[in-house]
Amino acid sequence: MEKFTSLTSVAAPLPLVNIDTDMIIPKQFLKTVKRTGLKAGLFYELRTDEQGNPKDFVLDEPAYKDAKILVTGDNFGCGSSREHAPWALLDQGIRCVIAPSFADIFYNNCFKNGILPIALPQEQVDMLMDDARRGSNAVVSVDLESQEIKGPDGGTITFEVDAHRKHCLLNGLDDIGLTFEKAEHIDQFEAKRKATQPWL
Amino acid sequence: MSNPRTLFDKIWDNHVVHRQDDGTCLLYIDRHLVHEVTSPQAFEGLRMTGRKVRRPENTLAVPDHNVPTSGRAQGIADEESRIQVETLSRNCEEFGVQLFGMNDIRQGVVHIIGPEQGFTLPGMTIVCGDSHTATHGAFGSLAFGIGTSEVEHVLATQTLIQKPAKNMRITVEGDLLPGVTAKDMILHIIGVIGTAGGTGYVIEYAGEAMRKLSMEGRMTICNMSIEAGARAGLIAPDETTFEYIKGRPLAPKAGNWEQAVAYWKTLPSDAGAKYDKEIIVKAADIEPQVTWGTSPEDVVGISAFVPAPSDGRDANKKSAIERSLDYMGLKAGQRVQDITIDKVFIGSCTNGRIEDLREVARIAKGRKVAESVYAMIVPGSGLVKLQAEEEGLDEIFTAAGFDWREPGCSMCLAMNADRLSPGERCASTSNRNFEGRQGRGGRTHLLSPAMAAAAAIAGHLVDVRDYE
Ligand code: SF4
Repeated sequence: MEKFTSLTSVAAPLPLVNIDTDMIIPKQFLKTVKRTGLKAGLFYELRTDEQGNPKDFVLDEPAYKDAKILVTGDNFGCGSSREHAPWALLDQGIRCVIAPSFADIFYNNCFKNGILPIALPQEQVDMLMDDARRGSNAVVSVDLESQEIKGPDGGTITFEVDAHRKHCLLNGLDDIGLTFEKAEHIDQFEAKRKATQPWL
Repeated sequence: MSNPRTLFDKIWDNHVVHRQDDGTCLLYIDRHLVHEVTSPQAFEGLRMTGRKVRRPENTLAVPDHNVPTSGRAQGIADEESRIQVETLSRNCEEFGVQLFGMNDIRQGVVHIIGPEQGFTLPGMTIVCGDSHTATHGAFGSLAFGIGTSEVEHVLATQTLIQKPAKNMRITVEGDLLPGVTAKDMILHIIGVIGTAGGTGYVIEYAGEAMRKLSMEGRMTICNMSIEAGARAGLIAPDETTFEYIKGRPLAPKAGNWEQAVAYWKTLPSDAGAKYDKEIIVKAADIEPQVTWGTSPEDVVGISAFVPAPSDGRDANKKSAIERSLDYMGLKAGQRVQDITIDKVFIGSCTNGRIEDLREVARIAKGRKVAESVYAMIVPGSGLVKLQAEEEGLDEIFTAAGFDWREPGCSMCLAMNADRLSPGERCASTSNRNFEGRQGRGGRTHLLSPAMAAAAAIAGHLVDVRDYE
């Protein structure tokens, strides 16, 4: 997994609530057996008309096509558990999503892929949304170590992040590797389980 | 342990392998269900790192999302779908995981086959790369959906790194009115707490009305916990649960049965256990429900009217209602019962079990699907299909003009050939009415199996109680 330490970028505004993972990447793009190349499916139905021709969409505007930050509405990533959603965001170059709240599974999936999801109070998201609307004139910086967001006009917002997840993200750590270090505990647990719950 | 604990607390405590100082736990996973869409990259990860599946015997795989629901003998026409299903077979063979292939009678939607086989048992931790894993919570097991990276983690280690969720209890007091089902209860609950209402929580469903539900009904309730924002739903195990499990192929056998039941009886929440949030709903307030919008919380009783943007509680919700009305092609203030439909989909892990099909048959018997409607019934598994046929339900369906198909996810997410065309309107027993969920531009109204059957016959949304 790629580390996340800090980034500076324009932020793309997507002011919709309840953006579900079907909207982030519709089912026809889930037939892949790979993790890469999913950018083509990202926000497909917001991005194209029924014939597949491009329509106006924020991430295709010149000011935002290289945005690494997405500012969006409440309950982002609700719906299916598809990890294709963060994979597609990553393929687009998005490394940080800021919203008033996230659905649990999506939130979790982001950390496994080097994306930092930041939940902030609605007023702060509204402020950043206004900044984001200013396009290439407004650059936002996100620093994970200090847990700070710096707006284009110098204002600073602090954010919360779970200590374990922060550590993994800062160092690009692979969870499976960490768990293998605890193999002995797993062996012991299984032995106990076998003795007390033999039907399992 | 002296402190009274909830059902969730007990299952959690029983599965902690290791706890870090910050509260992060390594949690043991008893059962892992796998399907073709969210697993290929996980198996690929194992191959790349030379890792094995730690407990293949506790892992069960099935293709369900991509499989066709007719003409199976010809295989899968769509090349990408076929490759995905074949990849699952190859991975299962290589890693020694049991697979119910497309032509196995036991094949079906992953959340239908787990309980059907007795793979799902009380007190367990169960995961699957699928958000509707919450379904299995109906047995009093902690079951939740995970992403593909976590699928790989479970395959390799049989554990997950997790922090405990908060406890919420939703109590439904009193008895349901006639004609009101588990589906109406859960849709109503989602309307009350909203699609983000359960975020960060595990919901335990309690109360008289819940206790009286069959296992099928309980599965319908827990299934849609995710639409209420919760990763998992739970219902305490009781005699109904044990009765359902007994004798299933993977259920504890004679010598272990009593011991297992004795353990399961220790699971229900202790008196005085603390919940972080409590919600009480009166069963008598629930009438048959139907969604009008593009979020499961956009739900009303069948006698109601389509809301207006001005009914939204804040600016965001007002604009969401406006967007939904536009997408759904509806007018604010329109009578819900005047909404005409083009298609009906009966099936999915929410409502594809035998009891659901019996409900449909009860309404459909001796009646005809409206001329203007195409109605399909997709059983949840091969065994559900077989049982329905043994009971003669298929004859009632075909005589009434329903299309009786092969098991799978089908038009619940329209990844196979079953889908809506732009602008088409569908009454569906599935769980999501998101934009494009059943096909780009398609319009979904979620409702119960009985309500869907009545809508098929009437050609528009209708109160099933007029059809009893
Ligand atoms: S039936 Fe629908 S909700 Fe259930 S697993 Fe299949 S696609 Fe998901």
